[in-house]
Amino acid sequence: MSNLTTTTGSNTTVSSGGLPSRRNTELALLAFAVFVPVFAYANVGLALDDKLPSGMLGYGCGMLLLAGVGHLVVRRYAPYADPLLLPLATLLNGLGLVLIWRLDQSERLQQRAKAAFGAFSPDAPKQLLYSAIGLALFVAILMFLKDHRVLQRYTYISMAVGLVLLVLPMFFPARNGARIWVDLGFINLQPGEFVKIILAVFFAGYLMVKRDALALASRRFMGMYLPRGRDLGPILVIWALSLMILVFETDLGTSLLFFGLFVIMLYVATERTSWIVFGLLLSAGGATAVATFEPHVQQRVQAWLDPMDTYLKARQGIAGNSEQAMEALWAFGSGGVLGTGWGQGNSDLIGFAANSDFILATVGEELGLTGVMAVLLLYGLIVERGVRTALAARDPFGKLLAVGLSGAFGLQVFVVAGGVMGLIPLTGMTMPFLASGGSSVLANWALIGILLRISDTARRPAPAPAPSPDAEMTQVVRP
Amino acid sequence: MSELTLTVMRLGFLAVLWLFVIVSIQVIRSDLFGTRVTQRTARRAEAQRPPQQRAQPQQPPQGGGRRGRGRNAPTKLVVTEGSLTGTTVALQGQTITLGRAHDSTIVLDDDYASSRHARIYPDRDGKWIVEDLGSTNGTYLDRTRLTTPTPIPLEAPIRIGKTVIELRK
Repeated sequence: MSNLTTTTGSNTTVSSGGLPSRRNTELALLAFAVFVPVFAYANVGLALDDKLPSGMLGYGCGMLLLAGVGHLVVRRYAPYADPLLLPLATLLNGLGLVLIWRLDQSERLQQRAKAAFGAFSPDAPKQLLYSAIGLALFVAILMFLKDHRVLQRYTYISMAVGLVLLVLPMFFPARNGARIWVDLGFINLQPGEFVKIILAVFFAGYLMVKRDALALASRRFMGMYLPRGRDLGPILVIWALSLMILVFETDLGTSLLFFGLFVIMLYVATERTSWIVFGLLLSAGGATAVATFEPHVQQRVQAWLDPMDTYLKARQGIAGNSEQAMEALWAFGSGGVLGTGWGQGNSDLIGFAANSDFILATVGEELGLTGVMAVLLLYGLIVERGVRTALAARDPFGKLLAVGLSGAFGLQVFVVAGGVMGLIPLTGMTMPFLASGGSSVLANWALIGILLRISDTARRPAPAPAPSPDAEMTQVVRP
Repeated sequence: MSELTLTVMRLGFLAVLWLFVIVSIQVIRSDLFGTRVTQRTARRAEAQRPPQQRAQPQQPPQGGGRRGRGRNAPTKLVVTEGSLTGTTVALQGQTITLGRAHDSTIVLDDDYASSRHARIYPDRDGKWIVEDLGSTNGTYLDRTRLTTPTPIPLEAPIRIGKTVIELRK
């Protein structure tokens, strides 16, 4: 607020621009965004051991260093970028680190890991390392991607790369019932996380060229614009592909994200509501059809429709049932409105995937409804800033790309949060930034980097007037 | 650790988290209300002045950050038709290029526009001039096709292919 008045009041330093650069606002918010997780960290330590945790200084300094590097790079390479995206991402990443560290402290999870793998290794240091690598990727994007319009050149290459990455996990063994992993021996990657960025680039480039054909050539029928048969081609191809992912990789999340992203971008590009109706009909029909014969999907739907029954079956040891869905609901329930407080919940009872897919249940138990709403609002703000960027962008490709990226981000949050809360069937995806997992952190930092690049271009004042030859005054010879 | 301290810390953390959300929303308030506030004050100033004064060139505006060019100087360029409808560009003394080329200020996604179609720039007195850059289909000011650089009256439609832009106050 104070920054608002100062920038408009003394407009001399950035006067050439329409919008002030807002970098100092970003710095202040970043400091705040580092402070909140450090406070949470101290809170967990005091609640669990009655003393400040010993690693507090290390994590605090690590976060501060990451945030500082991020800020300096943005200041140098994207000075007009949106002031909110970086602090929001930093805060979510920091909260994620604290949540993972808090679950690392749980005796139950440690014993569980020892029973399952023979040894327990804490996830928080790994996550800090992944965050650092993610931030390095973010820095590299801001440094080397000078203009997002360069990506337009790679429209069809990114389609090919995206499809390869989508198909790749089929050739690797399934883990926990879903084939979404690529095991390279030294590292496990989840290509689905990167695919959302790569496919957003493809869709943006493709729809920019084709949108007139998709939007204008249509017949009106019952108040809706029906597209021509041949224009249905692309959406049907994408639909078939996403169904194939569902069948062969048994991954509901990626499939939904992939198809939803296309429908969102199609709607934004053509302004035709009929595409959304078609998209919803197609995805509902496809998912129902697959659910009838694919046992893995069936189990998920069953667990969603009747979590208690599934829980009891799992307790009796009937294979193919999981207690997690019900346990997550109990975690939310015992959190109540204000939560139990950091470190005092029992969300570690969820056991498997407590710090990745189900991390929101820990937020729900320890911070309560109030905390979950705040976290969801933070995600909402990231999406809002992305859509704002799309509105401000002056080129159609940038507009579509920004909408696609923020849409994919929002959709992922919806799919994961909805799954954990029992609104939709549970899918194997991770909460962006919060959940433990290298691919997810890397991909989401890259996504924020590209959004910052687009917003820098969009908010950057137009170049200074070119010196025109007749603007120079003729010298008058004085006696 | 006593129960009281933990409760205070629990509520304190929630308060801090929400404070962050609220501060963030305060930062984006400029998006939501910033433009409307300036418009409202401009309109009020307009309404207070008698109409016959409006045509005359005015004394430079007091403060306001903009280099003075009289009250009737346009402050923004608005796209009113075409695929970029609603886009505005602040006029700050810079040259605005329009065309399909990627480095144009306004990138037109329009089959009827040339890659470097037209430019809009202020002359030495601060009047805004539109110039056709040898485009295939021409640039139209109202109904007339431009042949020479022409000053742009306020709110006169400039048509480029399917796109129409206007200068507004």
